[in-house]
Amino acid sequence: MNITLEIWRQKNKETKGQFVTYKLEGVSSEMTFLEMLDYLNEKLVKEGGDPVAFDSDCREGICGMCGLYINGRPNGPKEGVTTCQLSMSVFNDGDTITVEPWRSKAFPVIKDLVVDRTSFDKLIEAGGYISVNTGAAPEANSILVKKENADRAFEAGICIGCGSCVAACKNASAMLFVSAKISQFALLPQGKVEAKERVRALVQTMDEFGFGNCSNTGACEAECPKEIKLVNIARLNREYYKAY
Amino acid sequence: MVKLDSKIPDGPLAEKWKKHLASLKLVNPANKKKLEIIVVGAGAAGASAAATMAELGYNVKVFVFQDSSRRAHSIASQGGINATKNYKNDADSDFRLFYDMIKGGDFRAREANVYRAAEVSNQIIDQYVAQGVPFAREYSGYLANRSFGGVQVSRTFYAQGQTGQQCTLAAYQALSRQIKAGKAKMFARRDMLDLVVIDGQARGIITRNLITGEIERHSAHAVVLATGGFGTVYYLSTLAVNSNGSAALAAYKKGALMANPSMAQIHPTSIPVLNDYQAKLTLMSESLRNDGRVWVPKEKGDKRHPNEIKEEERDYYLERKYPAFGNLVPRDVASRAAKERCDEGYGVGETGLAVNLDFKDAIQSQGKDAIKAKYGTLFDLYEKVTGINPYEEPMRIYPASHYTMGGLWVDYNLMTTIPGLYAIGEANFSDHGANRLGASSLMQCSGDGYFILPATIGDYLADQIKVPKIPTDTPEFDEAEKAVKDKLNRLMSVNGTQTPTSFHKRLGNILWTYSGMSRNEEGLKKALKEIKELKEEFWKDVKVAGELNELNHELEKAARIADFFDLANLIVIDALNRKESCGAHFREEYQTDEGEPQRDDKNYSYVAAWEYTGENSDPILHKEELKFEFVTPVQRSYK
Ligand SMILES: Cc1cc2nc3c(=O)[nH]c(=O)nc-3n(C[C@H](O)[C@H](O)[C@H](O)COP(=O)(O)OP(=O)(O)OC[C@H]3O[C@@H](n4cnc5c(N)ncnc54)[C@H](O)[C@@H]3O)c2cc1C
Ligand code: FES
Repeated sequence: MNITLEIWRQKNKETKGQFVTYKLEGVSSEMTFLEMLDYLNEKLVKEGGDPVAFDSDCREGICGMCGLYINGRPNGPKEGVTTCQLSMSVFNDGDTITVEPWRSKAFPVIKDLVVDRTSFDKLIEAGGYISVNTGAAPEANSILVKKENADRAFEAGICIGCGSCVAACKNASAMLFVSAKISQFALLPQGKVEAKERVRALVQTMDEFGFGNCSNTGACEAECPKEIKLVNIARLNREYYKAY
Repeated sequence: MVKLDSKIPDGPLAEKWKKHLASLKLVNPANKKKLEIIVVGAGAAGASAAATMAELGYNVKVFVFQDSSRRAHSIASQGGINATKNYKNDADSDFRLFYDMIKGGDFRAREANVYRAAEVSNQIIDQYVAQGVPFAREYSGYLANRSFGGVQVSRTFYAQGQTGQQCTLAAYQALSRQIKAGKAKMFARRDMLDLVVIDGQARGIITRNLITGEIERHSAHAVVLATGGFGTVYYLSTLAVNSNGSAALAAYKKGALMANPSMAQIHPTSIPVLNDYQAKLTLMSESLRNDGRVWVPKEKGDKRHPNEIKEEERDYYLERKYPAFGNLVPRDVASRAAKERCDEGYGVGETGLAVNLDFKDAIQSQGKDAIKAKYGTLFDLYEKVTGINPYEEPMRIYPASHYTMGGLWVDYNLMTTIPGLYAIGEANFSDHGANRLGASSLMQCSGDGYFILPATIGDYLADQIKVPKIPTDTPEFDEAEKAVKDKLNRLMSVNGTQTPTSFHKRLGNILWTYSGMSRNEEGLKKALKEIKELKEEFWKDVKVAGELNELNHELEKAARIADFFDLANLIVIDALNRKESCGAHFREEYQTDEGEPQRDDKNYSYVAAWEYTGENSDPILHKEELKFEFVTPVQRSYK
């Protein structure tokens, strides 16, 4: 199929960007979205053009490195997939597709579609862990965890840190990301000891990095490629109230 | 002249590590504060090592090429991590895991290292559980286990199909805690492009800042490479697309020996190649073979829908050929068997390069919910990639490049032949011989990182406490920086007509054809010639777009591919040298009457460690003879 791409091009952090239009022929519906961009780049390079910079690594929806705003939605029109898992079969011949980087104060654009998500690392550094030094752990089966809680902790723990939730939110809030980590540990006995300090530190760091507030519109849940649920935000709120 | 000393401690197998630990030199806490360690790579191995060494009091600098250490390729590992807890009471023990790995590796690994890997496995699970890894649990609240290919006990701990993600995040979080505490510093979006050796000791690295393009110098008292595997040399692989071998190759060119580079694992259960545009292959975890049955039609070229092919028309060839292990034979055996069936014309799908992995019977006997609980994420992943619902019809799978057993040669302390340079995780060669068993890499990476390296590195650093901070304005840093800049300038200035990726594809194709699942002398010689020609063509005609001083993925790729040529060359030289079949290295000339690999213990019971001698000369082979004191090498049989 033949498609038209409107892609955000921006040389670096300092310069202003703009949309550039590319007509791309010979796109196969078997390509993934990123393979389509690879194909565009191969073509651009051969023609002496400047390839579009975008991030990716695992290409199977687990590393969280990719993530693009496609036709006004994080990761495009299909639910429950990362950008690298999006198939071109959801588009039609003749379509125009707009491609933008995540837009959020906390994620500055580095180049074209590549953004800086260091703020997510800073959130984890603030307390997204259980403070146990190597060697100090007790025998694993001495800590019993109800299967149901282990399963729910897993469901929260599968967050890939891609930033779709922030990109989807009109306030650029990081609540879903933070709540996933808080929930994982709140559901496990190992996480209880530091629960109060953890939730306070993470919430405070969220503010410091310019993430917005949560107004419960649920866009994050709708766009999360890992389908992490809003109940985690409710749990975060409960944990937060308990901490004061 | 390099001399290999593996430094294996004397004494009974089960006492070696304990004795060694007790005899290692120590660094007191006040001195640790004065010492710096560089860790390149922060996957399961690097992040756990960096966090643990920072906890001990060292100053750790961590380098990764992704934007965060949470994205290291370890995040993608799926099926599980082994330990000898024996929670299932199925007579498991350190010795049994050790034996499974030694045998699975076709008696080409070092006994002492493998035993130690088994020995620390239980502590790893304790550590991960304490860190909050949500491993699968029984209804009673106790940890659950499953079995994995190549063994007959259930010793694998798992978190659905995302075990690696959960373990990697735990290590990443432990590292994050040390970053917050100021003991570790993270340098993300950096590519290590060279190693700096001063007076024979590893003292630093040269990196490229991938955002600004700036070439930087970093020094330390010791350097640890935890840079993962280089299965991407085959182009299509189950690895993340940016995984590469450049750091290991840089170390090799600076004097570290490269061991068994041709020992590359081709994993039996990947989603097959679907089209020409594909950038990577998606793995379907081996754990699926616990419940999935592998088959092809009995009739050649039978193109009917698999659900229309009746039971008696199906050839469950693994169960037929290997009744004792059935679908759970080790990876090398399963891969070769799939290739054999497809080469004979029994393959399924449009290309005929696929076999069926069928869950019909498991769903019938255990129910859909039970299967979903075990493999839900994998089934979803499969459906996302292929559009086929594996609850309704068989998955189609085919072997793909997956893991490198070979890597930098290290001694028992995980030190390479360059003093002060360590290699851990998939980047070293030490524990898997000629074939790796499932769920044993996460185990090895975590064992190296949490428990082994942090102890052994002290033995070296104890002699470094008087060495002040290493300056970076030395001739050695000047020279290394210049070499890096020259290489990058050269890449930019070729200004030819072909893209880096197009060369990578062609290189991968040469290796896959001649040095993949099955190899022979004639083909390998052809490969040597073709690699050389392609390398020459690359340096004459590659086109690298963009600029040096900016974020430039094309330049990153080109630099990695330039290294892949040298690595590919070394892989083929190693494969040619080893005139026997063992594990994943199958030389067609050396097989039993039944088509199984024929080892030659008399002549090849050694680790082949290669020394670099220059751009245009052949590497020198050093042999580390493998001594089997505690097991007797036997012909591997899974029948
Ligand atoms: C799809 C898949 C599934 C798997 N499933 C399992 C499983 O179920 N169980 C199991 O035990 N094993 C599994 N494995 C194998 C296992 O995941 C890997 O062997 C292991 O994760 C390797 O970890 P590592 O820490 O050595 O390296 P990696 O996790 O690959 O990390 C490499 C690190 O090095 C950095 N790096 C590399 N080169 C440079 C450079 N030049 N400059 C700067 N930084 C650099 C990267 O940024 C990264 O941080 C699987 C592998 C694959 C591909
Ligand atoms: S590239 Fe890893 S999630 Fe998309």
